[in-house]
Amino acid sequence: MSVVETKGLTYTYPSAGKPSLRDVSLAVEKGEFAILTGPSGCGKTTLCRCFNGLIPHFYSGELKGNLRVADLNVNEHTIGEMARRVGLVFQNPENQLFALSVEKDVAFGLENLGMPRGQMLERVDWALDMTGIEDLRERAPHELSGGQQQRVAIASVLAMQPEIIVFDEPTSFLDPLGAQKIFEVISELNRKLGITVILVEHRLDLAARYANHVIIMDEGRIALDGEPREIFNSEQAWLLGVGIPKSVRLWRLLEENGIDLKGIPISSDEATQRLKEVLWR
Amino acid sequence: MIEVKDIRFTYPTGVEALKGVSLSIKDGEFVAIMGQNGAGKTTLVKNFNGLLKPATGEVLVDEVSTRHVSVAKLARTVGFVFQNPDHQLFSETVEEEIAFALRNFGFDQATVEKRVTWALNLLDLTDYRKTSPFMLSGGERKRVALASVLAWDPKVVILDEPTIGQDHRQKEKLRQFIVQLNEQGKTVVIVTHDVEFVAECNPRVVLMKDGKIIADGEAKRILTNTTLALEASIVPPQIAQIFHGLTFLGLPSDVIDVSEAKKILVEYFQEHRR
Repeated sequence: MSVVETKGLTYTYPSAGKPSLRDVSLAVEKGEFAILTGPSGCGKTTLCRCFNGLIPHFYSGELKGNLRVADLNVNEHTIGEMARRVGLVFQNPENQLFALSVEKDVAFGLENLGMPRGQMLERVDWALDMTGIEDLRERAPHELSGGQQQRVAIASVLAMQPEIIVFDEPTSFLDPLGAQKIFEVISELNRKLGITVILVEHRLDLAARYANHVIIMDEGRIALDGEPREIFNSEQAWLLGVGIPKSVRLWRLLEENGIDLKGIPISSDEATQRLKEVLWR
Repeated sequence: MIEVKDIRFTYPTGVEALKGVSLSIKDGEFVAIMGQNGAGKTTLVKNFNGLLKPATGEVLVDEVSTRHVSVAKLARTVGFVFQNPDHQLFSETVEEEIAFALRNFGFDQATVEKRVTWALNLLDLTDYRKTSPFMLSGGERKRVALASVLAWDPKVVILDEPTIGQDHRQKEKLRQFIVQLNEQGKTVVIVTHDVEFVAECNPRVVLMKDGKIIADGEAKRILTNTTLALEASIVPPQIAQIFHGLTFLGLPSDVIDVSEAKKILVEYFQEHRR
């Protein structure tokens, strides 16, 4: 069942000369972990803004085509209604956090829904637990490290129990280990809770292993859409200059030299495993 | 070129960001400073051009202590490109932006014009000469910031997190550009988290943690040391991770480059399979 479905989506920002999205048709199935990538300015962020109704309700402009997210026609539902179904986590958590304590930040969206206090506390506990930050409950978000702040931002979104969470380059400001931990948290939400994940990301070396769907955009259009291994193997993905993981690059170089690894490894662990099987006798 | 002698630095908030750092960077070297968020990397490089002065110890640039030279004068030797280009850009046109510092350094109008044209061309910005920097994309603004620094031809160029917000292709261009600058004799210092970018550039790597340097050496030695990586909150490059699991075959563990990896594996395969 598709939880995100667009047909012929074309969007032009107010006062922009040309459309930022051109005839975008795609479907993301329930429970998928989809990576959305492509060159800067290709329309990734604009497309994400459609998923939670910021387009067309906040950014006016001209939107054509069909847009259904979480079984709702986005045109007919307010940003507030969409926010309960689709969470959005930004690149810089500082833009998202504002309360004096982590707990209050995570509770904020629930308070706005008018949720009873007891239920709200339970929900906050659960969200903090799922993101591994129970011990930060009383801390002020602005004192935390970038990685911790990003987990608070994820917990605040998670507390709303959305069906879909869209992450817009959530790790660009984090050190590599911090980034890896965030990807693991995201992957857990996907596997354990069945939340559909749409991750906008350039650093595929770190993220590809978690995905089962890759969408590449270019100049406002969908350039490629499919299973990760299939996409990374396609000539077009290489030509578009997206960050093909090194394990896939190595696989291809070996292939050209007559070494068959029997399948494309999209993580270093997979590459090591395949190489062991081929080289060890 | 840059001599850092046991410096300490404490911010007014009381945070001691540098706790005794010594480092020597030679003329023409290419150095990447890496480590956890908050390890003191940016604080350290701000001491290179006198934006910050150490509380104790000293920094010598071209053999002169930064205490005795104004930031304006030091900037002539050490150009600094900030992480966020918006902290640096303010002019109405790209051209004006690049000309600004040149005029401040007292170059005559003819030289200013020549240098501006040269820098625009170097960074592929000629079409944007009369455009406002704020109309440009993040990646383009970063290039303008870099052009405005390179225009006055400093001996040392410091780039703070140059790859953030850049897509794969822009990164590749940036890498070629930085390597080329270095080959032409410039001393280049980058502060970065981007392990794969460093693995491709292969510079000297200085690893920091909690205000101290914990390792200093060739990229392929530092980035493949899993203990050091964990300590500095970095993840070894993917190729290093792959080879880490293959050492039992007698393969080297210090491989970070994909072409080198291919060569080693093909040789191994030919030797052992036939």
